[in-house]
Amino acid sequence: MSLPENHPLSPERQQLAQQLAAGIPANEATWLSGFFAGLAQGAGGGAPVAATGGAQVTVLYGSESGNAEKLSGDIQKAVTRAGHKARVVNMADAKAADLAKAEHLLVVVSTWGEGDPPDAATAYYEEIMSDAMPQLPNVRYSVCSLGDTSYEHFCKIGKDFDERLGKLGGERIFDRVDCDVDFEEPFGKWLEGAVAALPSAGASSGAVGAAVATPAPASYDKKNPYPAEILERIVLNGTGSIKETLHLELSLEGSGLAYEPGDSLGIYPENRDEDVEAVLAAAGLKANEKLGDKTLAEALKTDFDITSLSPAIALKYNGIAGDAKLQKLLDEKDKAELKDWIWGRQLVDLLETYPHKNWTADSFTGILRSLAPRLYSIASSLRKHDGEVHLTIAAVRYDTHGRDRVGVCSTYVADRVEIGDRVKVFFHSNKNFRLPENDETPVIMVGPGTGIAPFRAFVEERAARGAAGKNWLFFGDQHFSYDFLYQLEWLDYLEDGTLTELSTAFSRDQKEKIYVQDRLRERGEEIWKWLEDGAHFYVCGDASRMAKDVHQALMDIAAEHGDRSAEEAKAYVDALRKEKRYQRDVY
Amino acid sequence: MTTLGKSANESIKDASQYLRGTILDGLANSATGSLSKDDQQLTKFHGIYQQDDRDIRKERRKKKLEPAYSFMIRVRVPGGVSTPEQWLDMDRIAQEHANSAIKLTTRQAFQFHGVIKSNLKKSIQEINEALFDTLAACGDVNRNVMCNPNPMQSRVHGEVLDLATELSNHLSPRTGAYHEIWLDDGTGEKVKVTYDPPKIDDIADPEEPIYGKHYLPRKFKTVVAVPPSNDVDIYAHDLGYIAILEGDDKVVGYNVTVGGGMGMTHGNEETFPRLADLLGFCTPEQAVTVGEAVVRVQRDHGNRDNRANARLKYTIERMGIDAFRAEVEKLCGFELGEPRDFTFEDNGDRYGWVEDHTGNFHYTMFIENGRVYDSEDYPLMTGLREIAKVHDGDFRLTANQNLIIANISKKKKKEITKLLEEYRMIDSYERSALRLNSMACVALPTCGLALAESQRYLPDLISEIDKVLEDAGLRHDAITIRMTGCPNGCARPYIAEIGFVGRGPGKYNLYLGGGFHGERLSKLYAPSVKGDDVPRILEPIIRDYAKNREEGERFGDFVIRSGYVKATENGRDFHKDFVEPELAV
Repeated sequence: MSLPENHPLSPERQQLAQQLAAGIPANEATWLSGFFAGLAQGAGGGAPVAATGGAQVTVLYGSESGNAEKLSGDIQKAVTRAGHKARVVNMADAKAADLAKAEHLLVVVSTWGEGDPPDAATAYYEEIMSDAMPQLPNVRYSVCSLGDTSYEHFCKIGKDFDERLGKLGGERIFDRVDCDVDFEEPFGKWLEGAVAALPSAGASSGAVGAAVATPAPASYDKKNPYPAEILERIVLNGTGSIKETLHLELSLEGSGLAYEPGDSLGIYPENRDEDVEAVLAAAGLKANEKLGDKTLAEALKTDFDITSLSPAIALKYNGIAGDAKLQKLLDEKDKAELKDWIWGRQLVDLLETYPHKNWTADSFTGILRSLAPRLYSIASSLRKHDGEVHLTIAAVRYDTHGRDRVGVCSTYVADRVEIGDRVKVFFHSNKNFRLPENDETPVIMVGPGTGIAPFRAFVEERAARGAAGKNWLFFGDQHFSYDFLYQLEWLDYLEDGTLTELSTAFSRDQKEKIYVQDRLRERGEEIWKWLEDGAHFYVCGDASRMAKDVHQALMDIAAEHGDRSAEEAKAYVDALRKEKRYQRDVY
Repeated sequence: MTTLGKSANESIKDASQYLRGTILDGLANSATGSLSKDDQQLTKFHGIYQQDDRDIRKERRKKKLEPAYSFMIRVRVPGGVSTPEQWLDMDRIAQEHANSAIKLTTRQAFQFHGVIKSNLKKSIQEINEALFDTLAACGDVNRNVMCNPNPMQSRVHGEVLDLATELSNHLSPRTGAYHEIWLDDGTGEKVKVTYDPPKIDDIADPEEPIYGKHYLPRKFKTVVAVPPSNDVDIYAHDLGYIAILEGDDKVVGYNVTVGGGMGMTHGNEETFPRLADLLGFCTPEQAVTVGEAVVRVQRDHGNRDNRANARLKYTIERMGIDAFRAEVEKLCGFELGEPRDFTFEDNGDRYGWVEDHTGNFHYTMFIENGRVYDSEDYPLMTGLREIAKVHDGDFRLTANQNLIIANISKKKKKEITKLLEEYRMIDSYERSALRLNSMACVALPTCGLALAESQRYLPDLISEIDKVLEDAGLRHDAITIRMTGCPNGCARPYIAEIGFVGRGPGKYNLYLGGGFHGERLSKLYAPSVKGDDVPRILEPIIRDYAKNREEGERFGDFVIRSGYVKATENGRDFHKDFVEPELAV
């Protein structure tokens, strides 16, 4: 077999290649193509890989927190290792209609809030679900969805994609997998299956598994978190506030870790001892029983989620407990009664209400999810605080059904560790929440409550960079006197000109409630002017109401001051999003 | 005409465009709860003091919060008379915008504390809707005009209240700044402010005909007293009118007093409290003209270089009372008569029920340090609100921080008595005589001038001194006792029989020998004593008093006769004759 004329090989390699190719069996040739494709990927070479016999695979992702984005990279690697050609597409940057050109499609997408798509993927999602979407008879696909079983609309967006692609004439080559918060394992299985279902390129599936399982040689990450020392912990709210917002400073010294403003920090919490005791008592289990090399109590404290309750947990629970009454609730079609009952309740309530006598350490922990880390938007810039990372965390405490309840991680850092202790952390990159590259670009930041966190990082970063662009911050909370988070710092930034404007909304200082979206509307004309001057618009904080209200306010401003119809205003805001000038970090 | 003096406040006034400054810009700045330094001086003229909770300054800095700035709003209540509707309005404003308390001041005003900047304008507008204002409640102008609330002589009271109100109106600043800043309805249209023209035909400045653009060199306080009660402490004020009666109920004129004042500075003997001098007698028709003339002479002759030396009392010390009188008479265009005879008996309040000749009832209740608020065991604020809802007369604030529920008709008396019982107010004055004759200023944590505690501490200190008095058998003997957290003297401590003036945390100068009806200044007895040591220091003196006093002899007179302190005959001698005592501590 002779090489084509336009090959790029050196004379020596040309000779070797010809020797290698002479009389090679088809399966060996395919394997080698995959092997070399993998080499090219590893070398970072951007050159197109001519994988003979491999498929053209589109890896499509929609990401909010960055997980789906990261996994799309893993898919790309596995696909090329298997000897195929992979093209990674971010829903934020693409049109759904372009799928008509795709042949092999692997999708990873997450679901947020009340079954919403990732912010940046909204337009893409709306397009694919619309009647205008062309048929996709040539598409062979598989979907992996990310979600959280504690939410009602678990993995809804992934399910929607899966169903819609089928309806549009696509062929499902591997069944969808819905991943819970611990997505690594189910994702790995899906990836293995989905890649294997691509037309054979001869690569062994073992190579795929290895690609996923082998961690990058990076020092600290989610699997190997860094024990960061707590340098400072301050309750930012003044005496008299009903709120408890913590400012936490952690040391990164010697870790070699770095982050960008907009990124998040993951913290691995531990459960409260009293919650461990209550669960043990309700399950009739002993604290000092062994589970692996730990006692059961230790394991429940550090390894398992012992508070969350969802229909999914109840289902697993009753698989063992077999309670007839609970089963009746579970069998209901919409589970409305069960969901009602779950509202404000936790695992311990389930244990007490539908008791089961024969739990063992294994059977009990078998129904539990592992204790997931919590992500917090980073509140500092490394340029300002060398070797440190700061967080702004609201301590969650409430009382429901006669029991005091807490947010596991927020109270872990508030109550169960002290200054000088170490907590396990890792960084989580968020490319969808970034300052403009151009320092001249003006930015508008809307961050009420703990939503202020990334904007402290942004403003510190802009100040440290000497960025010339204007900065306008909107902050809101309950009371001016107690809840004005980081007030003194904002006053300094106003004084030195880093902050051009600071608008505040304190909801409970007067009879009528005033929120950030009201302040946005009041200043609509100027907001519009900033946007027309190219400003980036950022929102961080509560997703369920604030972000929606701010979104509406933004469209209203575009309609009123941009002289647009409601539809045109929506298109304007969608375009902002597409251009990455409107970014959100909401939760 | 006045010239621009050296004191910083004079430059601020000069640049303020008749008290406007940059207050509007400051109110619009939502990043800070504070106003600019200069505007903080100007808002005083609008009845507004910026303060902060000094207890938590350090804690807040650590929390990355600025000091807990808030504002005190002083409401001018000429003569201290408020309708029940106005009371309810003040109550509502306190609940909605302030710290759920009303302070009745030593000068018959309402005071709100803890109003944050974003609620200031709304509060002032609501005060305005209640037909009160805050203009000139503080600042270098004539402030709230006080008068004796006098329930027993209602016809006389009507007349002196008219004078107090007329003086208050006449001496109000004319600047439109107050309306522009606080009462603007958002239309941008300026409200036209109308006042009566000056009595004296010398209009130096059309925008501010009596004051001119620099206003007065310092604060200026006016009172009207009706003998035999000197509850308003006439000698402690810049300008005073003592009603001269013919028969029981005819006011034939007033003795005019000038040059009283309490404030001094620790360690500066050039500053001292001073009692007012009698200037002369005027008819009721002349009274306002005389007041305006006194204001004008002080405007032109007061010291504008040094605020510690700027009150009228120092002007009179410098000019001499005769030269001062000549200037006043020149402006008036008439001469003042010889002062008439009068007698004061006390400066306290008469507690409990009285019935007047019209058959109306009046109930004077004790309100400790003028603080109207609800505590767990004493729902005073709620009780007064319930009374205001049914009351058909009026409320009167006394100069001793107490309250008279006045002009209760016969048919309402039962209902109000029931409420007084229900809310445990009926026995408000069943306290020791010492407590009933006590006064304290606000001081810590909000007053920026305070060096030591006052209204949070005096009630406890009185409990301790009461034990000593009880042992000596003096529980029912009235002794005036007053405390202030700084030497500026809001609770008029230098004319109390026992006076405390803050020196530093937990430490006070102890003064003795003031006159029981405010007719004599006291003298320093012991400097910088610990508050906790006071009962032991006073104990031997109180025992001596119980044993050796003459018939009817007041405590303030006794300590002078017995040589504990020398009498202070003149303000300028206030710091003289101090003798280091041998203390029982």
